[in-house]
Amino acid sequence: MTEGTKTAVGKRRPLGEWWNNLSRVQQWGVLIPLVALVYLLPVLNPPILSTEPGYDFPIAMFEVARYALVAIGLNVVVGQAGLLDLGYIGFFAIGAYVAALFTSPDSSLSKLPFLVVLPIAMVVTMIFGVILGTPTLRLRGDYLAIVTLGFGEIVRLLADNIDPLRGNRGFQEVGHPPGTNADGSSLFNNTNGIPWYWLCVTIIILILFLVGNLERSRVGRAWVAIRDDEDAAEIMGVPTFKFKIWAFAGGAAIGGLSGALYAGQLGFVNNQKFDVVTSMLFLAAVILGGSGNKVGVLVGAIVVAYVPLRFLVIADYKYLIFGLALIILMIFRPGGLLGARQRLLTYGRQAYQRLLGKGEQISSDGAMVTDEPERSH
Amino acid sequence: MLIHHELTTHVLADIKFDPGAFVDQFWQNTVDGLSQGSIYALVALGYTLVYGVLKLINFAHSEVFIYGAYATWFTFYGLGFRPGSTPDLPVFELIGFLLLALVVSMLVSGGTAVVLERVAYRPLRKRGAPRLAFLITAIGASFVLQQILFLTRGGNAERSIRLMKPEAQFTIFGAEITNVTLIIIIASVVLMVFADVFVNRTKFGRGIRAVAQDPDTATLMGVNKERIIILTFLIGGLLAGAAAFFYMIKNPQGASYQGGFILGIKAFTAAVLGGIGNLRGALLGGILLGLVENYGQAFFGGNWRDVVAFVLLVLILMFRPTGILGESLGKARV
Repeated sequence: MTEGTKTAVGKRRPLGEWWNNLSRVQQWGVLIPLVALVYLLPVLNPPILSTEPGYDFPIAMFEVARYALVAIGLNVVVGQAGLLDLGYIGFFAIGAYVAALFTSPDSSLSKLPFLVVLPIAMVVTMIFGVILGTPTLRLRGDYLAIVTLGFGEIVRLLADNIDPLRGNRGFQEVGHPPGTNADGSSLFNNTNGIPWYWLCVTIIILILFLVGNLERSRVGRAWVAIRDDEDAAEIMGVPTFKFKIWAFAGGAAIGGLSGALYAGQLGFVNNQKFDVVTSMLFLAAVILGGSGNKVGVLVGAIVVAYVPLRFLVIADYKYLIFGLALIILMIFRPGGLLGARQRLLTYGRQAYQRLLGKGEQISSDGAMVTDEPERSH
Repeated sequence: MLIHHELTTHVLADIKFDPGAFVDQFWQNTVDGLSQGSIYALVALGYTLVYGVLKLINFAHSEVFIYGAYATWFTFYGLGFRPGSTPDLPVFELIGFLLLALVVSMLVSGGTAVVLERVAYRPLRKRGAPRLAFLITAIGASFVLQQILFLTRGGNAERSIRLMKPEAQFTIFGAEITNVTLIIIIASVVLMVFADVFVNRTKFGRGIRAVAQDPDTATLMGVNKERIIILTFLIGGLLAGAAAFFYMIKNPQGASYQGGFILGIKAFTAAVLGGIGNLRGALLGGILLGLVENYGQAFFGGNWRDVVAFVLLVLILMFRPTGILGESLGKARV
């Protein structure tokens, strides 16, 4: 989407235009090799992209994929429903701890297979999302920001203070999916990032389908309406509170899922890795790429996760750089690098073409060609 | 759910539930709560003023505060005091040094707040950016300020420099009142009265209230809105700087790059507790939060101190989102 980044809001995006004009079959024709390439990346280990020798490339790729998953989840909350969640790390941590509690020998709970734990982690974080969302989502947006910030901190404090969560000692040998190598060692171990990367990419593709369909459904339209003007949405009969809870809980579930994956790959969970600054990196990934735009947040996640690993020199400065990036972006390009476009009319494009008498070209994506107008006040 | 049940039983076993300690230390906790609460109240004023005028939660206010704490530390360091020993200073010299640190700290925090407004928020206002953009900018600014400290001063807190030992001056109901507590409470009350009079009685204060009530009309009536906004940030920053100074004489080891974060959230809680946008609400909220936190600490154990504050925030938002006194900086009072 490099061309897309150059076009200013209000102008046409050549790449997006081209994509929307392809037929469904053609789109698959482009997409499948692309996805295959994405899967093959850690095996190919291309010289310029590679993070080695500074950082193991497959594991770096898993990190990027993990951030991408987090960004997709946070995008549901921030980008689509317009709710500023600063404690996303809290959900991530809950997911990681659920995975650890059910699979690590250090926990007293009964053990479950890792792949069973993934949905459990999602459900538990979702419940936490509802618990946190119910009191706060009735209020104006900025309260939500600070309450979620507090929530992220509470989760960390609980991990510090509650004895069964083992504080700093943490949980060793967190579970992993089944499967063994030829020599009998397990396929998913914490030194080889490739299987984890493949698992994570597969999950991302599934989640993208889910979120994409949700976006084009009644729920997605309700979210956009709430994001753009909550009062107007309420007046038009959108039950805003209900849909906000859905967005919040759905985003939380994806956060929990990525937390559980993270715990599995690392094989170890303790209270040290869930500080609120990481929440800021997650948010930066969403905002940088363009909140509300799935491709945009993927790009954002790749930037936020990949760049510090590729260029280890700047790793120490990443919070400073991304903090500055947020400030500058909000001034010059508040929509992010790839801003969101309105996709309200699912079949708008076809309807438009029929009106103009251009026949029934079937477009996979019913997006209106017009970009989101510059928000002006 | 199984996991919830399991966790709850463990958690309950883990929380100290100690009414005895609560009763025994009631007065001591009251005194500590009052001094801690005064600090919250002063920081909360900054949140409340900015919120009242711009309807913006200034996330970076916690960093404005911590810059003041560093300023205090550097003033002590620059005066030749070093970590470790507590000097035995003559009273007048001590008062002079403390006043100097207070003034430097206030100026640094006030300056940081004004720079922040100029660099980060003003361009957004000029472009009429949406509210979310302001919040994200505030978060970005908060991290930038924090990282500047981290990269220049490192991840560890500055080693504590004390100018005076906390010594018990007298006791009330068995609670020891130290010289530090006394300074904090008296000076804070003076500053609070000053802030209250400034906002409610002076010409500039009337401008602030006018902009809070209706920015456009205020502009039409001849109020220079931009100047009022700068002034609001400046006052918030000055008060945060004073709070930072008190914080540093209370906990001399407090100058750490992350030190502002928790205190900032708590001060914001205090502002919401009293009714955000409401000056006296922030004062009341700050004191109340300081008290509740210290009682909670006695009740549940020291580990739970921060959790008590956050849970309180969620509870207030559930039952009384406009706070105890309501949101009212803009309410007309002639």
